[in-house]
Amino acid sequence: MKRLFMLVVLFLGISDVVNAQAIVSGRVRDKKGKPVAGASITLKDTYDGATADSTGSYHFSTDEKGKFVLVTTASGYKPVESNIEIADTPVVMDIDMKEEISELKAVLITAGSFEAGDKKRVTVLSSIDVATTAGANADVTGALKTLPGAQQVGESEGLFVRGGTAAETKTFIDGTLVNNFFYSSVPNIAQRGRFSPFLFKGTVFSTGGYSALYGQALSSALILESIDLPEQSSSDFGISVLSVSAGHQHLAKNKKSSWGLSYSYANLWLAFKAIRQRPEYTRIPDFHTADANFRIKTSSTGIIKYYGYFSANKVGIRNPSLDTLGYKDAFSISNFNMYHNLSYRELLGNGWKLNTGLSFTANRDHIDGNLLDEQNKEQTIQGLEYKNFNVLLPGSYFNARVVVDKRLKGISVVRFGTEYNHSHDKADYTLYTGDQFSNSIVENMSAFFAETDVYLTNDLAMKAGGRFEHSSLLKKSNIAPRISLAYKTGKKSQASVAYGIFYQNPENKYLPAPAVLTFSKATHYIAQYQKVTDKVTLRMEVFYKKYEDLIKTNVSTINNQQVAINNNGFGDAKGLELFWRDKKTFKDLDYWISYSYLDTKRDFTNFPFAIQPSFAAKHTASLVMKKFVTAWKTGFNMSYTYASGRPYYNIIFDGTDYKFSDRGETKDYHNVSFSVNYLPGLFKKDSKRFTVLVLSVNNIFGIDQVYGYNYSYNGYRKSAIVPPSRTFVFLGLFMSIGIDRTEDAINNNL
Amino acid sequence: MKKGWILAILSIAVLNVTAQSDKYTKAMEARLTAMDTVKSAAGWRSLADAFQRIGDAEKTQWLPYYYAALCLLTPAWTDPAIDKDTNATRVKELCAKAEAIEDNAELCTIRNMAATQQMLVDPQSRWSTYGAESEAAMKKGLQLDPNNPRLYYLQGAGIFGTPEQFGGGKAKAKPVLEKALSLFNAEDPKPLYPRWGKQLTEEMLAQCK
Repeated sequence: MKRLFMLVVLFLGISDVVNAQAIVSGRVRDKKGKPVAGASITLKDTYDGATADSTGSYHFSTDEKGKFVLVTTASGYKPVESNIEIADTPVVMDIDMKEEISELKAVLITAGSFEAGDKKRVTVLSSIDVATTAGANADVTGALKTLPGAQQVGESEGLFVRGGTAAETKTFIDGTLVNNFFYSSVPNIAQRGRFSPFLFKGTVFSTGGYSALYGQALSSALILESIDLPEQSSSDFGISVLSVSAGHQHLAKNKKSSWGLSYSYANLWLAFKAIRQRPEYTRIPDFHTADANFRIKTSSTGIIKYYGYFSANKVGIRNPSLDTLGYKDAFSISNFNMYHNLSYRELLGNGWKLNTGLSFTANRDHIDGNLLDEQNKEQTIQGLEYKNFNVLLPGSYFNARVVVDKRLKGISVVRFGTEYNHSHDKADYTLYTGDQFSNSIVENMSAFFAETDVYLTNDLAMKAGGRFEHSSLLKKSNIAPRISLAYKTGKKSQASVAYGIFYQNPENKYLPAPAVLTFSKATHYIAQYQKVTDKVTLRMEVFYKKYEDLIKTNVSTINNQQVAINNNGFGDAKGLELFWRDKKTFKDLDYWISYSYLDTKRDFTNFPFAIQPSFAAKHTASLVMKKFVTAWKTGFNMSYTYASGRPYYNIIFDGTDYKFSDRGETKDYHNVSFSVNYLPGLFKKDSKRFTVLVLSVNNIFGIDQVYGYNYSYNGYRKSAIVPPSRTFVFLGLFMSIGIDRTEDAINNNL
Repeated sequence: MKKGWILAILSIAVLNVTAQSDKYTKAMEARLTAMDTVKSAAGWRSLADAFQRIGDAEKTQWLPYYYAALCLLTPAWTDPAIDKDTNATRVKELCAKAEAIEDNAELCTIRNMAATQQMLVDPQSRWSTYGAESEAAMKKGLQLDPNNPRLYYLQGAGIFGTPEQFGGGKAKAKPVLEKALSLFNAEDPKPLYPRWGKQLTEEMLAQCK
């Protein structure tokens, strides 16, 4: 028995010797020799291993013996496998890791663009921000005007970016060009964008240096991405001092498809009763708008989307005429617009991605201009006959686009595609004499483009591309190179630069031209620094933009309109822009500040020489604040915008030259707007009804605002261009049934 | 004699299997004990790695991956230095590995917590994505196991943290937490299976009074 015991002891002892533990140790470092803290080291197929400490060192003991594979992993690095042999002696194994280029860590190319959306990593505004910016009136471009780069131009619609005209900004929905993004122009009254901000999940507002995928815009591209399937079926109703609306969205049971319809009727009669309007309205503005959509998921990654929009609206105004005392200038417009957009996107596998889109627009404006006497009777006065006219402007537009992406090594991508834009603009004028004449401008623009996003490391990326365009109207082609670089300067900060050439056709309103014309050209140089942390966003950008071949015009003897005569115009713009947003420093308060400095001069249209144009202010600034008081279920939003005085001038033709008959600068522009959102139903958890009450007041202090001056024909008299009303108040109630949006509301405001 | 050999080989094989599972149980137990004492973020991470090594070696056990994920999530509630997205990416990878072995409600609690942590980074802009993701995990979990106490605890904690005006608050959290507690009291987890949450539920319930 004793012997047996001895044997057992001996055996156990031997087994202990046999199983003596070996120590494995070493250091894990990256290519630059920096320790990779937290790397996980595993002796493959065993439980043994360790985690590297802050100096990259690791060590562990193991009972295993023989040949093994040591696997080292760390987030952001490529896994490393090393062969080791474990015997009785300690093993030292140092490991070198290579960084893995990943979308989460890589630098982003951001020079010149602001992204708004819910999903992207670095966004400046979320979609809901657009809806809750005071003074923006739930207009996409209204909110974008609080970002640096855009001017506070109140007398006409559109985005005037970095010294460019509104026509130099183009809008794209799901990749295809939108031809009538705004309601048709009314003299001296800026019109809204046609589309609701809730249609879009992502917005890129590029103030320059944008991708080769987009063209025909000298200054800026507004790229909107429409929403995919709704989360649930729902119905909406709204009533406000301006409009009534109703809509329904239906999501199929299998959540693979949806359709929706909505209709709204807006009439400004009530608002105009309550708030005195400066122009005399002969026809109170009213709008019928209907839209329809369907979205079908064709696979887990593919989707077909259709959006159709129909609108009819009318407005008529008259103002005292500057040319003949006691007389009035009358203007009326009726517009019909329909817009259809069909898009399809799918991942084709093996790194290929397809994005296609088609859009069709039909737009028809009917404009009447009249000179009226005191009894509002139409009069024709010698020398001012041109004031009595009638013009019908039908236009049809078709756009098609295909973009293919191929993912290369890592996260690098090459992208190429083609675009075709057809436009047919007609104009049928009827002069005071009853004489009629027409013109028609047809353009077939085709474009090919290619670009690549190359990630050299996580810290350095480049986007390089080019765009070829051919215009059938100009019978000319152009090639526009674009390049941008981004470099990560710190964990949360980065610097980027961008360069690009941009071409644009002459605006159709200056056509048909008696001369051979070419593309106008702009060259952009941009440098940007950006820091984004969980709390704050800071961006600083400097830019220089050079304009060449801008359109010069002459007055047509037929209808007193400006007509393009050559491409001898030129100009430049340089400036500095700052953006600061802070969501966390003050409890429940979210605010942003933007500032733009712009120094620009240009010689185009009928300018006698290069001057600062009337749509460009030297200094522009905005402060936007949002505070949600949970106890009151109420959100308070405030915005203040400032623009330094803009130049105004009257240009007259003295028979040989264009000259200034008068010049000056308007006073500074200030606007304080305020809005309150009250959510009374917030929060009955089981309630399927969600109500929002909105009160907004634009220019709450009634500050005098002057946008510029109108001149009489002879230039002797002028009158200030001012907003149609000093202050504007909006009160509305919106109700949504089906979706419990309460949690959205909370989380959008926390 | 032949029979004897077979018996011998068979018994060795059986012994081996027992030894193997013994090794697994012991390793798991040691690490589960360590979970009670670990303090630092680095400690949690090396514990997560240790669990993952067991999972990778075993290949048929979901529990090691589950605990690896839990070790990554636990310090992330309070440590602002942990990048929630990177952390959640790894947690979800672990979930996927575990789900390939066995899809169950416990893993849904992990997915729920990972998405909640990502949402909390910036609730305003992340609600629509990560809020929905955590909600989906909760729904799936309750389908797989309607009596999982940890799911009710997480649900109750969510209500507890929501302001009263929005239908959250202590009063509304209380019945859910009480339900969680009664389920915890009835729970009899198998060895090594998740058993956390009862104390947290009791602490939170105490605050509801």
